[in-house]
Amino acid sequence: MTFYPAAAPPDGDRRTAKQKIAAYLEPWLYSAPVLILIVAIMLVPLALGISYAFRDIRLLNPFSGAFVGLKHFRELAGDGAFRGALVNTLWWTFSSVILQFLFGLILALLLNRPFRGRALAQALCFLPWAVPSFLSGLDWAWMFNPVVGPIPHWLYALGILSEPSNILSDPETAMWGPIVANVWWGIPFFAITMLAALQAIPKDLYEAAEIDGAGPIERFRSITVPFLAPTMAISILLRTVWIANFADLIIVMTNGGPADRTQIVASYIFTQAFRRLDFGYASAIALVLLVLLLAYSMLIVVLRQTMLTRH
Amino acid sequence: MTRKRIVLTVLHRLAILAYVAFALFPLFWLLKVSVTPTSLLYTEGIRLWPSRASLEHYAFVLTHSSFPTFFLNSTIVSASTAVIVTIVAALAGYAMSRFVFRGKYWIVGLLLLTQMFPLVMLIAPMFKMLSPLGLTNSLTGLVIVYVAFNVPFATFLMQSFFDGIPKDLEDAAMIDGATRFTAFRQIILPLTLPGIAATLGFVFTAAWSELLFALMLISGNQATTFPVGLLSFVSKFSVDFGQMMAAGVLALIPACLFFLLIQRYLVQGLTAGAVKG
Repeated sequence: MTFYPAAAPPDGDRRTAKQKIAAYLEPWLYSAPVLILIVAIMLVPLALGISYAFRDIRLLNPFSGAFVGLKHFRELAGDGAFRGALVNTLWWTFSSVILQFLFGLILALLLNRPFRGRALAQALCFLPWAVPSFLSGLDWAWMFNPVVGPIPHWLYALGILSEPSNILSDPETAMWGPIVANVWWGIPFFAITMLAALQAIPKDLYEAAEIDGAGPIERFRSITVPFLAPTMAISILLRTVWIANFADLIIVMTNGGPADRTQIVASYIFTQAFRRLDFGYASAIALVLLVLLLAYSMLIVVLRQTMLTRH
Repeated sequence: MTRKRIVLTVLHRLAILAYVAFALFPLFWLLKVSVTPTSLLYTEGIRLWPSRASLEHYAFVLTHSSFPTFFLNSTIVSASTAVIVTIVAALAGYAMSRFVFRGKYWIVGLLLLTQMFPLVMLIAPMFKMLSPLGLTNSLTGLVIVYVAFNVPFATFLMQSFFDGIPKDLEDAAMIDGATRFTAFRQIILPLTLPGIAATLGFVFTAAWSELLFALMLISGNQATTFPVGLLSFVSKFSVDFGQMMAAGVLALIPACLFFLLIQRYLVQGLTAGAVKG
């Protein structure tokens, strides 16, 4: 407890047992609703989901429900679509994160210097973040559609496409559709966090460096980068996990197609649960994804620890 | 100004303009197609603005489709979620901000954990749990699910707002004989009103955008939310581009309104929900 009633005399704690219990319980009473919600609506289903991974649960089959051990995992090992989804997840996650981060950082640097109309420019640049993800997906799917969207015609005019076709229906290029939508939608996130970090750098550091004769590149390298590094590292790591789990854009834009070329693990789980209603198999895939993400997070924590001890 | 300065300034403004254009163009295109009469849509190709604009698609969507119902459903779900989450998160956020107690780090760890695991993992078990309770195909079921999903990040957000308010205020009130809860309600909460508004905005936007759980849990027209309605409209009538985009613009309106409301708090919100987006 940080707070004791100021009225308590200095010669000892004279509160009654009842008051002590009440003081002990107080923080728990405030947190109780949140804890109950999380345990009942997130942890219980999580535990159930893990158990489903070892059971035969199909919604349309009332006789399913039996324990099947590792059957789903053996199936997974031979499931080509799943292996493809793993590769696609890496591709989707890392290209999205890298592009979001680079463009977000550049935007933050641009917005960090004062100019007339900065508040307006900032609000407009951050607006995509407020667009619901399903709508970003649909909007970009329409932009890529040669019937109503301009992009195929532009790409054709530039000579990149041999005819104004939909890149979402070409297995070779389809993944770029959701990635572009994701980058458009996610730039504001990085720009906002980076801008906050940039504004926390003391201005006199730059002035001192300028007096010492450091050029703009030198100043960026020796002041901006070291100050931003912790924010960059944390936001990139957290974002990576988040994007690996983010299936909305893919479900909306391509539904995993064509020929599973845009299927990521998260959208594959959704497809198994929602279209095939095979809850057991879906949960087995989800368990694998959970383990992979945990392994990734652990790896990052360990890396960070070794980096910290080295310095 | 030297020549180099001028060149740099011009480049800077051009880069900003390019970003603004990139951010706005897809939204502009949505608006443009939504006001293009169907007869002009195919003949005028990719002109930036139709030779004749009309609101016929909006009129159709508002009077001849179920979108008004979907819109109402989504509003009910998102508003109830936002109100419940904000109340519950204000209480927990206050505890996180003001008390030092054993178990606090476990609670923080638990809240962080919920942000790390794949939510799609919960789709199947959630359906199995809610279905015998009669909570599938119901707005109440959706509200329960959305409240749980948004509570962790809202708690961190509210905590950051309480952290900004000096402790002496409620200490003084408690010396004067008020209970802590009274002090919380009558002194601290009114001071946190901007933070409460921001939390309402963040949660409303998140609930308004949710698609996958709504798809899984809702199957009748009665309880369909806007995202599900729009998506099934797209797969059924995939040639009525004008109507689809008019509906899309409608979905954008509340999101933009709340964006204006929470714009100032984006940094705080995104750091609290760094994992959430």
